[in-house]
Amino acid sequence: MTPARRAGIACVAAIGGVGALALLLAVFGYSPADGLLAFWRGSVGTSYALWSATLVRAIPLSLAGLGVALAIRGGRLNVGAEGQLLAGATAGALVAQLLGAVEGGTATGGGMSAALTTPIVLIAGALAGAAWASVAAWLRERFGVLEVISTIMLNFIAVHLVGALVRGVLQEPTRVYPQSATLAAAARLPVLVPTTRLHAGALLAITLAALLWWTLRYTALGFRVRVVGESAAAAASAGGIDVARVAVMSFAVSGALAGLAGAVEYAGVTYALYENLSPGYGYTAIAVALLARLNPLWVIASGVLFGALQAGGAAMQRDAGVPATLVQMIEAILIIAIVLVDRASRRRAAEAGT
Amino acid sequence: MSTHREPPPRSESGLPLALAITDVRVAFGGTVALDGASLAVRPGTVHALLGENGAGKTTLMRVAFGLVAPDAGTMHRAGVPYAPRTPREAIAAGLGMVFQHFSLVPAMTVAENIALGGSGAFDPQREARRVRALAERTGLAIDPTLRIAEASIGMQQRSEILKALSRDASVLMLDEPTAVLAPQDAAELLQWVRRFARDGRAVVLVTHRLQDALAVSDDITVLRRGRTVLADAAERLDEGALARAMVGEASIQVDVPRVAADADRTKPVALRARGVSAIDATGRTRVDDVDLDVHAGEVLGVAAIEGEGQHELLRLLAGRLRPSRGSLERPPVVAFVPEDRHRDAVVLDATLTENFALRELGTRRGRMPWSALAAQTTTAIDAFDVRAPGADVAMRTLSGGNQQKFVLARELADRPPALVIENPTRGLDIRAADAVRAAIRRAADDGTAVVVHSGDLDELLLMADRVVVMTRGRLLPVTRDRDTIARAMIGTAPSARTA
Repeated sequence: MTPARRAGIACVAAIGGVGALALLLAVFGYSPADGLLAFWRGSVGTSYALWSATLVRAIPLSLAGLGVALAIRGGRLNVGAEGQLLAGATAGALVAQLLGAVEGGTATGGGMSAALTTPIVLIAGALAGAAWASVAAWLRERFGVLEVISTIMLNFIAVHLVGALVRGVLQEPTRVYPQSATLAAAARLPVLVPTTRLHAGALLAITLAALLWWTLRYTALGFRVRVVGESAAAAASAGGIDVARVAVMSFAVSGALAGLAGAVEYAGVTYALYENLSPGYGYTAIAVALLARLNPLWVIASGVLFGALQAGGAAMQRDAGVPATLVQMIEAILIIAIVLVDRASRRRAAEAGT
Repeated sequence: MSTHREPPPRSESGLPLALAITDVRVAFGGTVALDGASLAVRPGTVHALLGENGAGKTTLMRVAFGLVAPDAGTMHRAGVPYAPRTPREAIAAGLGMVFQHFSLVPAMTVAENIALGGSGAFDPQREARRVRALAERTGLAIDPTLRIAEASIGMQQRSEILKALSRDASVLMLDEPTAVLAPQDAAELLQWVRRFARDGRAVVLVTHRLQDALAVSDDITVLRRGRTVLADAAERLDEGALARAMVGEASIQVDVPRVAADADRTKPVALRARGVSAIDATGRTRVDDVDLDVHAGEVLGVAAIEGEGQHELLRLLAGRLRPSRGSLERPPVVAFVPEDRHRDAVVLDATLTENFALRELGTRRGRMPWSALAAQTTTAIDAFDVRAPGADVAMRTLSGGNQQKFVLARELADRPPALVIENPTRGLDIRAADAVRAAIRRAADDGTAVVVHSGDLDELLLMADRVVVMTRGRLLPVTRDRDTIARAMIGTAPSARTA
């Protein structure tokens, strides 16, 4: 598909989206003008919104989106990015606590250097995400349990596990709030653009997207993943590939990327673990991956689009008094509209092509 | 250059034509699939629609069945203008279609599959009775409670035909029905087709097999490159005329040069099986205590009717299946061309280069040398005369014959010590089949040990230096004599265990 065509689709989706947004606001008795203005200002209309809201949200969406895209490329649907993301954030908070890299911790004044703590937090998050995903991969290979079901169940487990931990062993020292101790300033991901909230996680997401794209395209490992996803039978028969092994491995790496998204969110935005750390990033990541047509480079662009959507939605709630439930509904409708327009245009392109 | 005549609106008997398609044109994007395609099916006849792969036979059937809307041309059904927009409308007009690729639900029984698409409540007992009655009435015996997953290809095809008949089809279109069948099953089906057409109904038989067309049909229409180039009564035609119409005036080589029947068996053994058995997931013994030596440079033919264990034996020899018992000696890499190439040999949406790179992908490390692979792909497709605009087109855009030639090209690219190949020419036209057989023979002459199974015994005899017969998982060595082999295959010659 040509870039012009893609741009055309994006325009149609945007106009349709704005129309749907205005209509919904009017139907529920809110001023479409106020709502749209708040949405615009909160997403890309001001430089603060762009750098400190939209792009900051795009980071976990892109990282988890890369994970979902990789799993689908390998022929498995990972609906569990949300749980893997929470597992990653939890592992990050746990490691920070153990290393004493939290406010009031032993290492604040010295101990392990921050330069080392941050990577360890991120690696722990990726490993935890991989482990959480591997449970589903193992259930599939060993017992034939569909990962679509097991990963959703693992999402619920992860949410409630976080809830229990932040009221238990991971609760902050004053024992008042259901959240972990705050990550020490030195161990946080550095801010990229001064006076904004955009942190180094953005570089990580872009680097990993490029790396994943290159791996899928130019290495034997990545090509195996693609072949297994497109035709497991041909992969096994013509390629002599151990299909189960490749599928399990790509699913685990998919979980690692989602887990990393969680650890990055912890070390770059929230600095603490709590139950509502993710506003459904792991679920939106599925739409991010699909809209990007599973291409890692497009995942970044798609992540920014959905980041804008969420930032704009939050602003409508904050500045135009639109209730959160309506905002969530609108977001869901916009996602459906985007995917629908994309699908329809793709089908037209396919018909013209054959 | 065209001997095509306008189809008469009515047949000689004065009855309206069961199905008349006139000057249909279909273009997909820039590719013209049909242009000037016509077909006149008289009631009470079997009508063969002949053509090479890619000639447009299947597309024409899809037009008649409401799956493709023609850009130009007209259709009539029993004298009435007919323009189905969906298969549902075509079915309502009395058409039935059985495609080469069946649309059956494997987990369901025959009766359930036939009931699918019907309306009202489903009562298994009543449906089974209905199917049994239908099978009896139409002479297509089948067990309605058989699960499709466990049914043979022949039974699956029968289910598809019954599905069409259960909706009162009076014009039955069969796309390459004999391609998937063992010879005796194919003969039986063709006899049934003749009987079915007798009482005012009609059958359109899409095929590339001249013998089938001449043996069973009343009228024959030949398509070449989307155009009807010949339409006449079968009795006025012969194989030569049909072959010329199908492939144009180019000379056709029908036979393949073959070395003497007793090939040189002093060469080293490339594949050796000793007491090899294979037991499937359900516990059935598919290959039973097989001993076999295949020498470098010989073509060993495995003759068998459907489902006698040859499928598993070939996979054992190719290293795609692990034996449950016994020992196998084989080179580390065995070239393998499975019968279901769409599922097992190629990735349709990947490019030719990517498909070429599939070989030994399981053990490849590091970066993919794409430019070198593209060059190798180009060399291989040139050497095997694969007709493709380039190595970077999708596999899906190639015709079936070219796909098969591509798979052979890939598997034989680095002169493997052994080649295992299953139904090598299934679904291919004459020229592609010749090219494939010639490529196999060349490989053997270059020293490759070849094991081939073909459901078509005549083809097997044409290719093989030596033949073994497989029945119920066991191998019987036999002499290279058609009658002996045929009897051994169906188990009516216990004395065949001689050689």
